[in-house]
Amino acid sequence: MANPASPDTCPSLVTLTRVVKDYGPLRVLDHLDLAIHDGEKVALIGPSGSGKSTILRLIKGLEHPSDGVVAINDCPVVVRSLSKGLFAPRRKTEHQVGMVFQHFNLFPHMNVEQNIIEAPLRVLRISMAEARERAAHYLEQVGLSEKAKAFPSTLSGGQQQRVAIARALAMQPRIMLFDEVTSALDPELVSEVLNVIRKVAHEQKMTMLLVTHEMNFARDISDRVIFMEHGKIVDDGTPQEVLVTPKNPRTKQFLRLVGQP
Amino acid sequence: MTFDVAFAWSILPSLLKGLAVTFQVVVLGFVAALCLGLTLAVLRHAGRGPVPALTRAYVMFISHTPLLVQLFFLYFVLPQIGLRFSAMTTGILGLGLYFGAYIAEAWRGAIEDIHYGQWEAARALDLPPLATWIRIILPQTVKPMLPVLGNYLIGMFKETPLLAMITIPELFQITKQIADLTYNYNETYTLLGLLFLLISVPSSLLFQYLEKRSHGKSRVA
Ligand SMILES: Nc1ncnc2c1ncn2[C@@H]1O[C@H](COP(=O)(O)OP(=O)(O)OP(=O)(O)O)[C@@H](O)[C@H]1O
Ligand SMILES: [Mg+2]
Repeated sequence: MANPASPDTCPSLVTLTRVVKDYGPLRVLDHLDLAIHDGEKVALIGPSGSGKSTILRLIKGLEHPSDGVVAINDCPVVVRSLSKGLFAPRRKTEHQVGMVFQHFNLFPHMNVEQNIIEAPLRVLRISMAEARERAAHYLEQVGLSEKAKAFPSTLSGGQQQRVAIARALAMQPRIMLFDEVTSALDPELVSEVLNVIRKVAHEQKMTMLLVTHEMNFARDISDRVIFMEHGKIVDDGTPQEVLVTPKNPRTKQFLRLVGQP
Repeated sequence: MTFDVAFAWSILPSLLKGLAVTFQVVVLGFVAALCLGLTLAVLRHAGRGPVPALTRAYVMFISHTPLLVQLFFLYFVLPQIGLRFSAMTTGILGLGLYFGAYIAEAWRGAIEDIHYGQWEAARALDLPPLATWIRIILPQTVKPMLPVLGNYLIGMFKETPLLAMITIPELFQITKQIADLTYNYNETYTLLGLLFLLISVPSSLLFQYLEKRSHGKSRVA
């Protein structure tokens, strides 16, 4: 899958069109255009504060864009407030976008299995038996089958993050968003989580968008790397083009700063 | 000063009858306060438009006026606008409205203490709002709320003598009548104090126990 998979012939799955995001006077995304195609594995890199997380949050519908359109399959993403309102209009939207956060955000009052089956039961409305089967399947994928009945607080950070990945996968989304999922981990726990994601990336056809500071990981997992700075996309190409033989001087400078050759 | 044990024993059944009335008011009043407090706390967060401001105004109004005044208002003014309740119902309503405001405030705090990542995780899984509240947010408030609720339950119990002012034959009212009739103040009020202690202390211990237990069960990450 070469990049950019020619946008005019093949309609994209995720499309950001002239997207602006302001926080007060701070412009975080500045008329950003981005098209991600079905099945692409995209690594998003860039300095802190460049707007990487904001892109993911917009795609998940956690935030409204200040201007422009964020669309999935040509339908604008529905943004629902996190806590306002008690009754959501019952729309027919199957679960399309899963997200894994830097700080795992497991539900502390539920054990691992309950964490995973909650949304499939209540959102996809599958049966308990099927949900537990799914939980078992994805726990095996992340290598934590024996922890089904454990509570999150008894797990290491790496294990918690793997549960969070299983929880997101159990919804079988078309698109998975990973936001610096190893940044909060002790160094020795990073690789177990990266390996799980690597495995998922290789085994599943789902579209993936990963924000990461692990350049080696970005290189071998993605088929497209986007470098952004100050709310704009600066560089966009294959891992080889962006990470190995960068032409853009700003990309080069960034890679030097993060200690890449 | 003497303490007439036989006399104390003889009035005990009457006092227990009063205690039963007190119990009834407190249990029903507390259930009302819980429902109201929870509803107000959730609406404070989830309500749209003027709803959060209205809940804030309610809490403000209730917590800045004396309970006795509120009870009198309910007891004497409501009938004038055609709302007639028995003294008991008025008492239950009064306690429920009053403690509901305090419980709402505490519950609001407990909700706010939950890390926003929990909301985001629920939202990322596309859980509907009601399910997010019932399955994710509110269960996590139970543990911090237990000691608070215990305090308010005992607090409510200790405020019940005020209900004598609106003619409810609760424990204090009965005791006072006996005392005024027999002049045996020592026995009557000693017994009254003991009965209050006898209820408050075990309740307090029970809530401490519940809190400890919930600590063991849902370990927060
Ligand atoms: N809710 C918010 N209110 C105000 N400013 C915000 C908010 N969320 C993010 N920002 C600001 O927006 C800018 C971009 O944030 P974003 O999280 O997208 O950056 P990032 O590229 O993910 O950086 P990092 O690598 O540090 O995670 C930052 O300067 C951040 O402080
Ligand atoms: Mg970020």
